[in-house]
Amino acid sequence: MEQSFIEARGANVHYGEKQALFDINLDIEEKRVTALIGPSGCGKSTFLRAINRMNDLIPICRFDGSLQIAGQEVYDPAVDVVALRAQVGMVFQKPNPFPKSIFENVAYGLKIHGMTSSKTEMADRVEWSLKSAGLWDEVADRLEQPGNSLSGGQQQRLCIARTVAVEPKVILMDEPCSALDPIATAKVEDLIDSLRKDFTIVIVTHSMQQAARISQRTAFFHLGKLIEVGDTSDVFTNPREEQTQNYITGRIG
Amino acid sequence: MINFTQQAGFGLRRRKRAEARFQWAGRGAILISLAFLVVMFVSIIRDGAGVVWQSQIAVTVELSADEVDPENIGDASFNSILKEALREAFPEVDSRKEKKRLYGLVSSEAAFEIERQIRDNPALLGGMQTLWVTASDDADLYISGQVDTELPEKQRRVSDAEIAMLDQLLADGMAREAFNRGFFTSGDSREPEIAGILSSLAGSALTLLVCFVLSFPLGIGAAIYLEEFAPKNRMSDLIEVNINNLAAVPSIVFGLLGLSIFLGTMGLPRSTPLVGGMVLALMTLPTIIIASRAALRSVPPSFKEAALALGATPVQAVFHHVLPVAMPGMLTGAIVGMAQALGETAPLLMIGMVAFIVDVPTSILEPATALPVQIFLWADAPERAFTEKTAAAIIVLLTFLILMNLIAILLRRKLETRF
Repeated sequence: MEQSFIEARGANVHYGEKQALFDINLDIEEKRVTALIGPSGCGKSTFLRAINRMNDLIPICRFDGSLQIAGQEVYDPAVDVVALRAQVGMVFQKPNPFPKSIFENVAYGLKIHGMTSSKTEMADRVEWSLKSAGLWDEVADRLEQPGNSLSGGQQQRLCIARTVAVEPKVILMDEPCSALDPIATAKVEDLIDSLRKDFTIVIVTHSMQQAARISQRTAFFHLGKLIEVGDTSDVFTNPREEQTQNYITGRIG
Repeated sequence: MINFTQQAGFGLRRRKRAEARFQWAGRGAILISLAFLVVMFVSIIRDGAGVVWQSQIAVTVELSADEVDPENIGDASFNSILKEALREAFPEVDSRKEKKRLYGLVSSEAAFEIERQIRDNPALLGGMQTLWVTASDDADLYISGQVDTELPEKQRRVSDAEIAMLDQLLADGMAREAFNRGFFTSGDSREPEIAGILSSLAGSALTLLVCFVLSFPLGIGAAIYLEEFAPKNRMSDLIEVNINNLAAVPSIVFGLLGLSIFLGTMGLPRSTPLVGGMVLALMTLPTIIIASRAALRSVPPSFKEAALALGATPVQAVFHHVLPVAMPGMLTGAIVGMAQALGETAPLLMIGMVAFIVDVPTSILEPATALPVQIFLWADAPERAFTEKTAAAIIVLLTFLILMNLIAILLRRKLETRF
């Protein structure tokens, strides 16, 4: 067993009076893809957004319990969310490139964090990021065009390049392929597989085939509780819990 | 047998009739409002169009060295030179009363106009010269055909004797209608034939400048803070309700506020574009804040989320990604607010911008008036010829309003980002 990189212990999330996550204990391993699956409203996205504290944007949202990344408590008062998010990147469900050029989209994170000291270094870094996202060959000759002139799948890979550019430790993905067609989906899945060697990836997905294809670990959530977590092959072929069995065979969901 | 026609039942006939009724009612409403608009424009343009032309009368004046000393033009009595020339043209006029009528054919500014023409072109000096001077307002009414000669003499402004003289001038080619440059290049005057709108136009421009400089940054700043940063609680609800209330406060109240605070307490100079702009800024602020907040709200939250997820601070996320997208909407709101301010009269009356201003103001600290106030003043003037000026000033004001709204629409179309 690999060493766990993200550790949730007794994590609860409330939206006002309503509790969305109940006592989650989950270990996420470094440089592997962990898929969070479960029916709509089961709390998997809430858990994902708890990791980089995007839930802070919702005023009524409250977290208690413990969530550590590499031994650092994420909800420690001393933690600065800006520093946290610079190192825990996120890719959203719907591709959301900034209404700026392709180059600007990738360069933005580098600029705000002051990560490059010269124009050439910046250009190199943007090129490297776009290559990491497998997008370079398609956009190399039109970096000045607006990011939203790309196709949906290209936009999503641009968003991944934008996230990769600042070299986070963890990349969180919230159903990154749900707005894409099967061909674009296949490309993004290949990309996720290749990013695994450098990044710890947590992905929320509704597609069990996708979870089976790209993840090494799978966690099944239901009604705000973590039902089962294990190696993906085990969870899909030999689930320990009946609820998991029912979900992956399509009987609940 | 399936019936897909209206006879199929489902109460279709009744539903179709209700639909048709509603659509016709809508068309009727649009037609009625358009008709009112057309009536308004036609009547204003009919009344004001005459201002483009200005009647002039030619006088043959004696400009020999005896009358005008070329070394010392200012010493000459142009008034008597002018009167002399008029008497020459109509030798048969002798009684005091008739002479007074004769002199009344030209504007009381005519002597100054002769002097100005000589100063501009001293070569005119040294003999007899035929010069064009502005006709008086009543003569202008007759020359431009606005006097009903069928009416009994007592009921019209122009007497039979004056008509006879004007007819003779027209027949001799000594009276004409020329393009009225003066209306756009001179300030207000007691004499309608030489009154222009430049002073009030400049006053309006300076006032709007002050208004924009104050209200745009303040309004946008307030909108950004309220929409993106302020905690959502009772306090912000209260502020929101009050901003909406402020937008509905009658403008005269803002005028009174300006009178007591800006003029009374702060002692700023009265009648100036500075104070006018400040009062209008107060009035425009709620409009700009409300429009800007709507523009900010229409930006998809995904941009902000993406920036925050990359580690941008909230201020960076808003200024780099939300603001550029919302800017066209904010500018549009500001321009609409400015257009409102341009048409505002009541608050300016309260702070003394209702003065009779002849000189064109060149700074925000000089007394000035504004276009709508000028319209108010001219509409109030007793001289018949001011009717035309009033309508013309309204046309100028409406032109600027339409232009501003057009710019707002074009700006929104051009800058709007598609996402």
